[in-house]
Amino acid sequence: MNTVLKPRPTVPLLELRGIAKSFGPVEAIKDVSFSILPGRVHTLLGENGAGKSTLMKILAGVHAPTRGEILLNGSPATFANPGESQKAGIAIIYQELSLAKNLSVAENMFAGHEPRRLGVVDFKRLYAQSQALLDDLGIDIDATAPVSRLSMAQRQLVEIAKALSRDASLVIMDEPTSSLSDREAGILFHIVTKLTAKGAAVVYISHRMDEIMRISDDISVMRDGRYIATLQKDQTTIGALIAMMVGREMSDVYPRRETPYACPAVPLLKVCHLTLPGQFEDISFQIHAGEILGFFGLIGAGRSEVMKALFGIGRPSGEITMSGKRLKLRNPAHAIREGIAFVTEDRKHEGLVLMHSIANNVTMASFEEHGSRFGILNRRFERDETANAITRMNIRASGPFQAVGNLSGGNQQKVVFSKWLALKPKVLILDEPTRGVDVGAKFEIYRVIRELASTGTAIILVSSELPEALAMSDRLVVMREKRVVHEFSAHGPTQEEVMSYATGAKTA
Amino acid sequence: MNPTQLSGAASTRRSHASGALQRALRHYGGIVVGLIVLCGFFWALSPNFMSVNNLVNVVMQVSIIAILGFGMTYVLLLGDIDLSVGATMALVGTVCAFALEHGASPLAAVLAAMVTGLVLGAVNGSLSALLTIPSFIVTVATMGVFRGLAYLTSNGVPISIDDDRFAFLGNGLVLGIPLPIWILAVLLLLNHFVLSRTVFGRKAYLAGGNREAALYSGIDVNRLRIMIFMISGLLASIGGVLMTSRLYSAQPNAGIGYELDAIAAAVLGGTSLSGGYGTVLGTLIGALIIGVINNGMNLLSVPYFYQLIVKGIVILVAVCIDVQTKKRHA
Repeated sequence: MNTVLKPRPTVPLLELRGIAKSFGPVEAIKDVSFSILPGRVHTLLGENGAGKSTLMKILAGVHAPTRGEILLNGSPATFANPGESQKAGIAIIYQELSLAKNLSVAENMFAGHEPRRLGVVDFKRLYAQSQALLDDLGIDIDATAPVSRLSMAQRQLVEIAKALSRDASLVIMDEPTSSLSDREAGILFHIVTKLTAKGAAVVYISHRMDEIMRISDDISVMRDGRYIATLQKDQTTIGALIAMMVGREMSDVYPRRETPYACPAVPLLKVCHLTLPGQFEDISFQIHAGEILGFFGLIGAGRSEVMKALFGIGRPSGEITMSGKRLKLRNPAHAIREGIAFVTEDRKHEGLVLMHSIANNVTMASFEEHGSRFGILNRRFERDETANAITRMNIRASGPFQAVGNLSGGNQQKVVFSKWLALKPKVLILDEPTRGVDVGAKFEIYRVIRELASTGTAIILVSSELPEALAMSDRLVVMREKRVVHEFSAHGPTQEEVMSYATGAKTA
Repeated sequence: MNPTQLSGAASTRRSHASGALQRALRHYGGIVVGLIVLCGFFWALSPNFMSVNNLVNVVMQVSIIAILGFGMTYVLLLGDIDLSVGATMALVGTVCAFALEHGASPLAAVLAAMVTGLVLGAVNGSLSALLTIPSFIVTVATMGVFRGLAYLTSNGVPISIDDDRFAFLGNGLVLGIPLPIWILAVLLLLNHFVLSRTVFGRKAYLAGGNREAALYSGIDVNRLRIMIFMISGLLASIGGVLMTSRLYSAQPNAGIGYELDAIAAAVLGGTSLSGGYGTVLGTLIGALIIGVINNGMNLLSVPYFYQLIVKGIVILVAVCIDVQTKKRHA
């Protein structure tokens, strides 16, 4: 049973009793009751749209609950605004970064409670205290550096340090590892252990089952705005949790190929010695029609940069040839005309117009070529394409005119996919297509990827989730420090082998 | 199956129709009610207000602002701004007068004016898009440059025009209705069509809603921006021609402050200053609100200084209400 000798406390730090929250007619969460114990990691598990984020925003003082009460250390508490929640000792690390890029790490960490002398900020103490806290947490970042110079992963760590710059007895982390590499995730887990050792409770939200099983003590599952159950980690399994979360058994997350892949003799796309100084060096690979080519590497390995170059962003040296024809890609419009489509990593900024309807977004890349005549829009194209996308991708929405910004992450990603499918691309580049997407939507995305490959689309799958990269790819390219370090053929490698190349433990 | 899920084309078509009506109500409901209330208010205080003559007069007075506002709608919905339209009007007017003075036909003069407007717009657009200078700065600068050029070409004094055919543009009647109103109507339909039904209009909305995403979807955003500033310049030149014609003279100080009225009309009509939303129909209603306030207060002989204050407050209140309702629907 439990090997860690951590006695389970009996007095809860925070207790939720019958919490409900409605937005207009929509009930985001209904009757949620559970307790969070001090000194433990409490994971909140649920698909996107299950109500986790809403619940956290209630604790953060962003939303007021419609019904129910919150007990903090046994006495009723209300948080009218984020300030009150902070004062009560609740710290939140949001999924979306909230740092001011133009300011230094230290200024961000202590924003709003800077050490002062005679009314002005005491920068000497500010930097000293910030650096001390960073060092204490094991984060190797210079407190005086401007945030704009940090990588996304480093920014996430600063975000965590910022939340901990105030004394917090309850720390909420909303998908903190989604942009972290394994090494940085390790630092994060270390921080979590430290916090709980000091007696603080950590509420942890993540979609990554392996890390949940690694760090959680208690796990609460939510589904469709309802509280399902709270379990102790040692008394459950990944399979049982997933079943509880999706309300059905998930036997195999990754759909297999229905027929074995017959690789054509001639490659569709060939990349030779592609180099963009500072971004990537000497990249060569090829991909065939109907093939899924995985790209694995740690954060910062240069995968996204290569993909952007294939989409006409940046002017690399080297050669790109498609079906024997040399391509000199000038811009995305040119790449799209050549049959290349790109689901970018950052769907909110590069993929979607959030304020616009599903219909507008779905036809965004195709309306000019397929949905218009003499410059005039063909409304039937838009209607059919949107209806088609909603059915095919199983997009859950109130209708084709719902604003994309109101959809859950998984459904937004399905809209991005639909946008490119409307074009029937020859090469589809997917950069982290399942990031921040719940298990149900993931499965649907995998299904569509398989379906596309079976109809002859060449797919480049950039992924930081190793099980996903291994299960979905026909071949797997591993990148490290801006270079291709190894290429694995079909059905070969174990996770350990791939990781050893990605981390540089093994070199080609 | 989940009832909120849509399965076939049939249900999609149904929600298209009801969706369009709902969106129209949400979009224009508030400001149309506002316009009606204002009209009722002035009617109650001054029975003359509702006379056909006076109403025609109101539309006539707002026609130039509305036409500039149409151009501004494009620019704003792309997330840009064009402060040079008032100066463009003045410069275009002097170009017209110069051409007529040198024996050009009225048609040639109007064409010269429109080409000038397109060129001025292209300058604004290219500086913003290609040199990536914020359009606010670019057009503040070109506002001064264009105005200065207007003073230079006219030596700082109005150039009078005595060409009956040219004067007809701003003063003539067709079927009993002033020609500027006809021009306004045609431009309304044309621009509404461009924005709602063409590839170009759709690109403008998408690029205004999210420039990066539009770029990644294969839209040449730089070209689009230049074209949109050219449209704004062209519409400003039409406004300039109408004003020059109405006044029988080109005045280098014409149209001062018109850019702000055009922006107010567009924003009153629901165009978002940060881009992505906006319709020319809304802008027309916005311009009518401004026109009704001006006209009504004139009829009531409210002193001009008070008029300025009242106009400012009405704009603030209208935009406040609009922001609140949008927030509730978001």
